[in-house]
Amino acid sequence: MTLYDKLPLLYERFFEKFFFLPKGYFAADRYVRLRRVMAMLMFLVTMLPLTIMLVINYHQYQNTIKQETVNQLVILENKTKHSFELFLQERLSAVKYIAHAYSSDDLTDETTLKEIFFTMQENFSGFVDIGVISPEGKQINYVGPYSLEGKDYSETASYREVRVKGSHISDVFMGYRGFPHLVIAVEKRIRSGENLVLRASIDIETFNDIIASLGLGPEEDAFLLNRKGVLQTPSKFYGQVLEDFPIELPSKSFQPHVMELTDSQGRDIFLSYVHFSNLEFVLVFVKLQSKIFQSWYALKGQMIIIFAVGLVAISLIIFHLTGMMVRRMKQADEKREAAIQELEHSQKLSSIGQMAAGVAHEINNPLAIINEKTGLMMDLLQGKPDLAKREKFEELCASILRSVERARGITYRLLGFARRLETNYESLDVNEIIKDVIGFLEKEAQDRNIHIDLELDPNLEKISSDQGQLEQVFLNLLNNSMEAVQDGGDIVIRTWEEKDGRTVISLSDNGCGMTKDAVRRIFEPFYTTKKGKGTGLGLSITYGIVKKLGGDIKVESQVGEGTTFTVYLPKKVLSEEGE
Amino acid sequence: MPEMKILLVDDEEDFTQALSERLELRDYAVTVAGSGEECLEALETEVPDIVILDLKMPGLGGIEVLKRIKSDHPDLPVLLLTGYGSTEEGIKGMQLGAADYLMKPLNIEALLGKIHQTMKQ
Repeated sequence: MTLYDKLPLLYERFFEKFFFLPKGYFAADRYVRLRRVMAMLMFLVTMLPLTIMLVINYHQYQNTIKQETVNQLVILENKTKHSFELFLQERLSAVKYIAHAYSSDDLTDETTLKEIFFTMQENFSGFVDIGVISPEGKQINYVGPYSLEGKDYSETASYREVRVKGSHISDVFMGYRGFPHLVIAVEKRIRSGENLVLRASIDIETFNDIIASLGLGPEEDAFLLNRKGVLQTPSKFYGQVLEDFPIELPSKSFQPHVMELTDSQGRDIFLSYVHFSNLEFVLVFVKLQSKIFQSWYALKGQMIIIFAVGLVAISLIIFHLTGMMVRRMKQADEKREAAIQELEHSQKLSSIGQMAAGVAHEINNPLAIINEKTGLMMDLLQGKPDLAKREKFEELCASILRSVERARGITYRLLGFARRLETNYESLDVNEIIKDVIGFLEKEAQDRNIHIDLELDPNLEKISSDQGQLEQVFLNLLNNSMEAVQDGGDIVIRTWEEKDGRTVISLSDNGCGMTKDAVRRIFEPFYTTKKGKGTGLGLSITYGIVKKLGGDIKVESQVGEGTTFTVYLPKKVLSEEGE
Repeated sequence: MPEMKILLVDDEEDFTQALSERLELRDYAVTVAGSGEECLEALETEVPDIVILDLKMPGLGGIEVLKRIKSDHPDLPVLLLTGYGSTEEGIKGMQLGAADYLMKPLNIEALLGKIHQTMKQ
């Protein structure tokens, strides 16, 4: 068994095991199995790379999207952080400037403070009010929408802080005013030691404006936290100002740090945070993953559709391709088989022919001896006219000579049969050949009481052709007719010359006839109507020979009425290269 | 008319014996050679009027013998005997200079006819 034969079996075993198929599931004929194996291999070879590519693309694209999102977040975060810092730094500088540029008298004077405040409001957005606090912690001067003069700040954290550090920016708080704001406080140092504190509140609406200016989508959120994790600006997803942010941030980071996590509400998010350099704030960005991956989901859908379409297309192509290939292979196999059979047939004929020629030659010599001895006896008898029973002897000798003649005829036919196998062009009398061929089948025809009528044109010109091959043609056709007719049937053989110069031989029988389909296929190799009896080669060989000799053969038939084969032969074969 | 001398060459003794006797009955002087070699030997001692030569013989074959006869005695007529059906060999022999060919088994009348025809030329 070659590998070529084994491979299908191996695959079948594999697939039977792999798909838990019952044993013998693949018990089909060789070509079906071959096709199945080819289809499976082709399918694997084509679909495997496609699938691998799909999986790789899937993950790669996912990573790319993630990376892009992270990069965007980092850039946005840095920018926003910078905006916030700039904003607060500017306001702190403004308050510091005022504290240092104006004298204590100016600051404690209500009118002057008012003027200063209006100038501040004109130049810097966000300032809500401004106050001056005495060394004891009492607000001694105030400009703003509330009446907070005389309020005591001495116990507040921001007041204590400013006393220590010189300036302070507070967390966001509600304070006395009842709306979220933060405070910038700057100490004004005076030589007398009675230091004043300048205190300005800033509306956090300005923070909201900065965040709003980012143009965040519905899946994004940005907000500030203080170091205790309390919201300093309202968050879309995690509550209002001063509520606790539910997620604990890890270590302090001055560079944007991006994390992937699931929040308290079960959403997958990207969270990015960064601490401000000088201030106690943390800027946080949140992005919902589901939204980020929306485009990826769309792509995934497309990829699956392309994959499915590819799968269907490849399957169809494989189906047709394997079908075609196997069909071709089958045809080629059949052709090869036919060629082998034909070869075997001709080899058989050839060896029979060689044997026949050998036998004929061997028999010729003793025949010649018998012939001469008998001839001599006849000669001797002639010299003895008075010999007793001389006539009887002569009769016996004549009988022996007739038998020799018959035997000579047989060896002639045997040699003729042997010579049929080579193409040998010579000038031939078609009528003679037909008579010779009839000689082969005479006995059978007599036994079966079949009448063979000859209507041969006596003026038929000789043609240049191969005697042996023509004998084969007529023998096959005559055999065919004999098989078609019943005992006592009639066969008529005619010869004539066509107007175009071709010699025509027709064989008509009154036998069983053939259907139209049979007539159409009669010259196909291995087509036979004699179920199980014929090789189906006889008429195809006949057809081949006639064509080789430059002739043509036609058949007409009516079921139940009989069949006529007509052979047209040229006077001369144009190309005598043949074999 | 002097007797016509015939050299009959064939390896089959039964055949030559009967045929030579039949020819002698018809007043021919027949010498028999049982092989190609014997034929060439006989030609050295006496040249006949005609040679009847079988083509199929063991040892020196008929065609080879024919070639030698034709080179030594170009004018000596040779009649060939062939097996039935082997026309090609006969034709080949005639191309090499044989007068004619006959097929075995022989018809004695045909043989005599050919001999006469050959000798007349």
